[in-house]
Amino acid sequence: MSILELRDLSVTYRTEGGDVPAVRGVDLTIEAGDTVGLAGESGCGKSTIAGAVLRLLPAGTRVDGQVLLDGEDVYEMKPGRLRAVRWTSAAIVFQGALHSLNPVHRVGAQIAEAIRVHGSVDGRAIATRVGALLEQVGIPASRASRYPHQLSGGQRQRVLIALALACEPKLLIADEPTTALDVMVQAQVLDLLASLQRDHGLAMLFITHDLSVLTHACRRLAVMYAGRIVETGLGVDVFRDPQHPYSRALAGAFPTIGDPASRLRPSGLAGDPPDPSALPTGCPFHPRCAVAVDACRTTDVRLLPVGSASSEASAACVHVETR
Amino acid sequence: MSDDLDAWPIIDTTDTLVSVRGAHVRFGAVRGAGAGAVRAVDGVDLEVARGEVLALVGESGCGKTTLIRSMIGLEPLAEGSITVDGHEVTRNARQLRSLRRRAQMIFQDPTGALNPRHTIFEAVAEGLRIHRISGDETELVTAALASAGLRPPERYLRRFPHELSGGQRQRVLIAAAMALDPVVLLADEPVASLDASIRGEILALMRSYVDTHGVSIIAVTHDLGLAWNIADRVAVMYLGRIVELGPTEEVLADPQHPYTRALLSVVPETRRMEQQILQGETPDPSRMPTGCRFHPRCPVVASGEAARLGIEARCRGEDPVLTVRSVGHTAACHL
Repeated sequence: MSILELRDLSVTYRTEGGDVPAVRGVDLTIEAGDTVGLAGESGCGKSTIAGAVLRLLPAGTRVDGQVLLDGEDVYEMKPGRLRAVRWTSAAIVFQGALHSLNPVHRVGAQIAEAIRVHGSVDGRAIATRVGALLEQVGIPASRASRYPHQLSGGQRQRVLIALALACEPKLLIADEPTTALDVMVQAQVLDLLASLQRDHGLAMLFITHDLSVLTHACRRLAVMYAGRIVETGLGVDVFRDPQHPYSRALAGAFPTIGDPASRLRPSGLAGDPPDPSALPTGCPFHPRCAVAVDACRTTDVRLLPVGSASSEASAACVHVETR
Repeated sequence: MSDDLDAWPIIDTTDTLVSVRGAHVRFGAVRGAGAGAVRAVDGVDLEVARGEVLALVGESGCGKTTLIRSMIGLEPLAEGSITVDGHEVTRNARQLRSLRRRAQMIFQDPTGALNPRHTIFEAVAEGLRIHRISGDETELVTAALASAGLRPPERYLRRFPHELSGGQRQRVLIAAAMALDPVVLLADEPVASLDASIRGEILALMRSYVDTHGVSIIAVTHDLGLAWNIADRVAVMYLGRIVELGPTEEVLADPQHPYTRALLSVVPETRRMEQQILQGETPDPSRMPTGCRFHPRCPVVASGEAARLGIEARCRGEDPVLTVRSVGHTAACHL
């Protein structure tokens, strides 16, 4: 059974200015132990998906479609059941470790709280577990008595990962876990996530705008634009041979060091992401698309399988040749 | 790679714009903490030519931001000297004001750098007023906005920062800087806070001012891809000192310092290199390691290669100086 399955998921925020469709019909499946990356610009709906999985969205937000966690519909769970699956079935590591940790509690106590809420109450057993979790993410157990401000940015991010692992979830959702970190520390955290995935069979949904990081960390990729997935496939394929013009622009933003083609030629995407409350007609990407034709203004293409049968690839563009 | 070298721009170093000589910046020692002063910049020599783009790369805490701040007198030098366009950076307020017109800072976070209650017009006009630039204010502002790609500029004048996207805000800051006709832009992580997709456009804009206005750019960044995209030369900093310096294609295609090699190996895009993930973080610059400042984290020392080559004692005891590796390419390593 898939650890996570999103079926035609739509999320609409209710604001004073009217309804804002943030996610518009997303299908996504993550098998146990698999790593899936969700890429896209600010406002494309990728973080909304993270919140939707564990019902962490603001009250009043409209959610349509289904979120199946280990086969069970998250939106039909009773409050007690929901509390139980948060942390134990799936846990989230948020961006900005400084703000996710409580500044007035020692980091060990914050991890212990998560363990206590979900079962174990034996003080000594909890302390041992906290120490083991910290060691697992590469922090000496003695640092459990530190406060968040006494740790560096990289260490705080590791504490958040330890916290997420406290109840041995099957799925880890990581929302921009390395964005605020330095290159070398980013490499350390990615290395840690990869070893956790390898050694514990942890499934991962990795969310960031950095396509190069995702290609490195994930087996499969999904590229989002304006609330929809516009391309999915194996990470290397999406990065090396993108099918959708948007994925192509995203991949082009990461120059290959040593490649004369990108030397002194920064490449990017003109314009800004569309306002979700006033999406363009047809394909929402057409105003920024380098290869848009007349049909793009009226035709809204859905995901279609592309490439060879083994590639698991699909893309939503009038230009792609469907398999 | 070397076949293409003739195609790269040649930097004429005789036309020096920014000159840094033996620069040291120290932050006060904490009494009773048992540590010395923080040696944020610890002996830097650097020359940047007119119309040159230099990328200053390194991890957080390596002193790269402190170094560019010292170029406009925001961090006084404990030792050494800096000249910009022939004028020495002093503590004299009048001279500093004139210097700060010619050397403009671009900050990482455009949202924090713009006053949320000021219109875009005011954001650009403020600098013109401070530096008493003559001419029609509205004309200067609209011309600056248009040259930064905010077209038609009239559409932006009365808007507020929150009505703009991150990329547009960074364009406003670049327009505000370029409106003062500077000789050098000091850019501190100019695109790090922006979506990856729009970074290229901002970098292309900055690079275009080099061609049209002959401005120089010193870009502080941890992103080696950015250096490959826009920089003529790369300077790699570690714990307050430049450890490798040279033409971009030399430093990034044929790195000489183990630290540069490690930085390159962790760029997610670089599949051809075996990852060398350095453990821990940059050491405390108030407790500088003896010998080569990089030796406690150096993979060459850790792997025993330095011992096999018979240089380990020097790595631990002798501070290496920059030595020439090829034309214009220097590195500070005993290897």
